[in-house]
Amino acid sequence: MKILVTVKRVEDYESKIKVKPDNSWIVTEGVNYRANPFDEIAVEEALRLRDTNMPSEVVAVSIGSASAQAEIRSALAMGADRGILVKHDGFLDSDAVARLLQKVVEKEKPDLVLMGKQAVDVDDNVAGQMLAEYLGWGQVTFASKKEALESPEEKAKKPGLKLGADKKSMQAAREVDGGLEVLEVQLPAIVTVDLRLNVPRYASLPNIMKAKKKPIEELLPAALGVDLSQKVKVVRVEAPPARAAGIKVADVPALVKKLHEEAKVI
Amino acid sequence: MATILLVAEQAQGHLKKATLSALTAAQQLAQKNGGQIQGLLIGPGAAKSAQDLAAYVGTVLTVEGAGFEHALAEVHAAAVAEAAKKVGASDVVIAATAYGKDVAPRIAAKLGAGVASDVLAVVSANQFKRAMWAGNAIATVEVATPVKVISVRATEFAAAQKAGSAGSVQTLGVAAPPAKTKFVEFNEVKSARPELTEASVVVSGGRGTKGDFKPIEALADVLNAAVGASRAVVDAGWQPNDLQVGQTGKVVAPKLYIAAGISGAIQHLAGMKGSKTIVAVNKDPEAPIFQVADYGLVADLFKALPELTEEVKKLK
Repeated sequence: MKILVTVKRVEDYESKIKVKPDNSWIVTEGVNYRANPFDEIAVEEALRLRDTNMPSEVVAVSIGSASAQAEIRSALAMGADRGILVKHDGFLDSDAVARLLQKVVEKEKPDLVLMGKQAVDVDDNVAGQMLAEYLGWGQVTFASKKEALESPEEKAKKPGLKLGADKKSMQAAREVDGGLEVLEVQLPAIVTVDLRLNVPRYASLPNIMKAKKKPIEELLPAALGVDLSQKVKVVRVEAPPARAAGIKVADVPALVKKLHEEAKVI
Repeated sequence: MATILLVAEQAQGHLKKATLSALTAAQQLAQKNGGQIQGLLIGPGAAKSAQDLAAYVGTVLTVEGAGFEHALAEVHAAAVAEAAKKVGASDVVIAATAYGKDVAPRIAAKLGAGVASDVLAVVSANQFKRAMWAGNAIATVEVATPVKVISVRATEFAAAQKAGSAGSVQTLGVAAPPAKTKFVEFNEVKSARPELTEASVVVSGGRGTKGDFKPIEALADVLNAAVGASRAVVDAGWQPNDLQVGQTGKVVAPKLYIAAGISGAIQHLAGMKGSKTIVAVNKDPEAPIFQVADYGLVADLFKALPELTEEVKKLK
């Protein structure tokens, strides 16, 4: 089976995010970048599915500037077979991302597209679902599994997504309000992954070296025939309202007194 | 005149509370664009919960029948898009619950609409505020398309009030398209406690609990509170996924949030810093949770929480 997996270059969540003084965007100088953590879970799942269903191929796709090669390389170092970079500088809304991915999917014809449920920069949680609709495919969002991340199944690196015996469908548990819902989706399909699907592997040094030789194809939006005009524009970015500094209380009775008499919440 | 289509969420004939918050956002939008709100309910129980919704909005449309038994995104998106076209909707508003997040982008793709996702505030007829970078920045986004899809963070809007007179209910003749997804089963997390996103008090535990949630639960019970958890707790399998508070889990804004044994990673703060009063109990005086806490107590939660539980009992 052929699996396409997305890897977005995002600001490292360990980096301090500050808003630009002109409120146009965040300060990007001095910020570290990395692959979207949800996408790393998608890559891990793609590799597990590949390795239990050979012959298979995992193609890592990123949309972004030339720098996003680094995130594709990290997916290749985890074990993906080859990469595709759709090169574009500057902000794209989720709709444009979905339409670019649609073109890549139409070209590559994968059986499965795995994506993080959201990118931790704009936290939109939109592109995967839009891609599914544009392709007319079924979707499973927020894919998870019943087994905990400390379970023997996870330790054995088993895929959480269950491929059907005929390899034409897949079962997946998804995190919804009030519990876990299990859906069966016909392939090809879009699956967006949540935190508890797996624990992504670290790339080993030999694999990092090997990844340097794996091919990355470059595509341009214009050549894909995609109009990038924004349906959703970011017009202003500001710092969140700060919470007033609180106080430390000495003991439980003091806390209860504050909550009862000052905050009046108990 | 503009029509705002509110996609309501219901289960077995019961309207979800988040829908009433989404309705408030829709009402604010109606004030900006002069539109009228119509409600839409899909699936088994739609006709029953339509009576409830009609107490709030002038017109409620219902879609029921074969193929709508489960909330499959592709099927629901098709029904919403068809309804939106029938009523000439300028806006589709939906609560950003698991259901809303699943279905809203597909509705937008069907309608050629831009989607403002998980909005915190309605700025104008086409501008909305939303959180980015785990709430480290608040963006104002402008939706440039003639039809807009807006998903609403329910904790940021109070529940709507009932209207003076009851609205009308109409059945909409929409057939479910063939689906590529099939419902298999639902593994419900049963709890006698209030639902996390709806509770007015939340007691959350973190890694400091070492998996023992008894002190958290005992305190929650005397406060009639929901129980929450940090990501570490859920990752370890100590508590179900459904209880995770944070950027990628549930966003809560109760009047009282008690964080016990939670260090306060930015991802956790993104899910609870809208709470009115925040209490932190942590052994580590340097824990970042104290920076957002109104009241911080440096203590072992296994000593402090039982004591707190007893003190609260005395008050009642």
